[in-house]
Amino acid sequence: MKAVWPHLPILQVIIPLFGALLAGFLRRSGVAFALALAVSWIVAANAFALMWQVLSGGPISYHMGGWEPPVGIEYRVDILNGFVLVLVSVVGAVTMPFARRSVAFEIEDDRGAWFYCMYLLCLTGLLGIVITGDAFNAFVFLEISSLSTYVMIALGPDRRALLSSYQYLIMGTIGATFYVIGIGLIYLSTGTLNMADMASRLGTAWTVDARVVIAALAFITVGISLKLALFPLHAWLPNAYTYAPSFATAFLSATATKVAIYLLIRYYYSVFGAAIDFASLPITEIIIALSIAAMFIASFIAVFEKDLKRMLAYSSVAQIGYITLGIGLANQAGLTGGLVHLVNHALMKATLFLAAGAIFYRAQTVQLKDLAGIGRKMPVTMAAFTIAGFGLIGTPGTAGFISKWYLAVGALDKGLWLLVFLIVGSSLIAVAYVGRVLEIAWMREPGPAAASASDPQLSMLLPLVILACAVVYFGFDTEWTAGIAGKAAQYLLAGLR
Amino acid sequence: MPTVSLTSLFEHYNYLITIFLMMSGLYILVAGGNMAKKLVGLSIFQTSVYLLYIEPGKILGGTAPIIDPAFATYSNPLPHVLILTAIVVGVATLALGLALVVRINEAYGTIEEEEIFERDREQ
Repeated sequence: MKAVWPHLPILQVIIPLFGALLAGFLRRSGVAFALALAVSWIVAANAFALMWQVLSGGPISYHMGGWEPPVGIEYRVDILNGFVLVLVSVVGAVTMPFARRSVAFEIEDDRGAWFYCMYLLCLTGLLGIVITGDAFNAFVFLEISSLSTYVMIALGPDRRALLSSYQYLIMGTIGATFYVIGIGLIYLSTGTLNMADMASRLGTAWTVDARVVIAALAFITVGISLKLALFPLHAWLPNAYTYAPSFATAFLSATATKVAIYLLIRYYYSVFGAAIDFASLPITEIIIALSIAAMFIASFIAVFEKDLKRMLAYSSVAQIGYITLGIGLANQAGLTGGLVHLVNHALMKATLFLAAGAIFYRAQTVQLKDLAGIGRKMPVTMAAFTIAGFGLIGTPGTAGFISKWYLAVGALDKGLWLLVFLIVGSSLIAVAYVGRVLEIAWMREPGPAAASASDPQLSMLLPLVILACAVVYFGFDTEWTAGIAGKAAQYLLAGLR
Repeated sequence: MPTVSLTSLFEHYNYLITIFLMMSGLYILVAGGNMAKKLVGLSIFQTSVYLLYIEPGKILGGTAPIIDPAFATYSNPLPHVLILTAIVVGVATLALGLALVVRINEAYGTIEEEEIFERDREQ
């Protein structure tokens, strides 16, 4: 154990990577599932151990192959990415038991092992983006996670899954390439790829020629915003989430966009923010404006969607708006709110998409018109859906309330009274789209599709129930969410110039 | 702020080529309706970024970066290594994209975007 202890940062990435390789060789769906489950849990334990190390001993810097940064690649874990590592790996570990039946139902048996292979590869990429302290290394992991995501989406049961995967591939690659262009410009002006080193050298580059730095910032912002589906760069998301296999949707909605948001925060607060004065650029204004547009327009579209998964996908775009709003507010309460919502939204969306997956497993449809009375037939599933739905609205007593509270306080601290009303107003739209599903599911007589449905087996119910309980629990005890997010926000704001 | 003069434009003609390639790639991506052609555009777009990295790595009069007492100036090896990685990523993306186009062709019988949308609407 002692020998392993200092090498946890690299194990966080290597374990799922080799798991993916092994899953590809296994070919048997059941065995590959067992492997993926074991890997997910080991990875989660590893993330908790790392977080513990950070909380007790401060940031960890791991030098790949013994090469000192900035020459070698550095893996750096501080309170912010430790927090995101725990989130990603825990979501993977908790939702994994759901995958076996859902994947067996939606994907042909001979492709099952490939699905788990891609899942583990995606997990590798996501964890890698979060843990690395090297800008180009982050690009490689970004592409690892993206390419495996395209495959997972294409494995969806409908032929439109292929089309959505293709469209996402085009958009995602443009995003990643924009990111590389940005990194290239920074490399040209600073001569380094290490993020911490960049932060210390960008200040000089800024005084020599500010245009290069602004261009790099713009390319990186647009590139990452495509990946995180910031309005209006979200066009790939609704189709991808609608036609992907249910488990893939639940996992991706909770992790992939969140990791991209983390990367944006890292660049804004630890790289650019540490080197140049952000107040001289209109970035916060742009981010806040786009966030508000996302909160309203995407929520509004969600109200009129006929497909449950598509409705939830648009709701994701809207909820991402709340998180980026926190980034744009850039004060203690606002950033805490954004970071807390990163976690809370991951928990809520995973619950909602898993519930949608369970409904598809039992009723073979997620069209809202077919779901009349489904709550009476699948009470546990829909109860979990209801709790997470209240979380989306931001009802007191759920995790969603905590994040919106912090965001509202952050807006007040900045003197933006109107913004508080906008946060409340957009929540009212969430009442409309969540309420519509709840009315159909609970109030109406069961229709033909719902009549034969019932709650799925325990392996699918358990992840749902655990996540729904977490949504309620983190609405009361905020030490592990808002507490740590607050510390992370403090750490980030202290690094700003 | 340095001013842009015609001579400085010519001195940086390599960047002009990079930008031209980048824009043509993006244009094909936006304007094309054929899915295979779009992937060609994507490839050109990515290739322009390879140039963006590689060009500044070359130092005039420098040799390959292998330490030898006969030489004092070397080209910067790091951009080459980075772009080797990026090329691999680009090839993987192109391969996956083309595989998807093959599957789309099997499922829809066409790879023209307009026709595919039409077929999904009819459904």
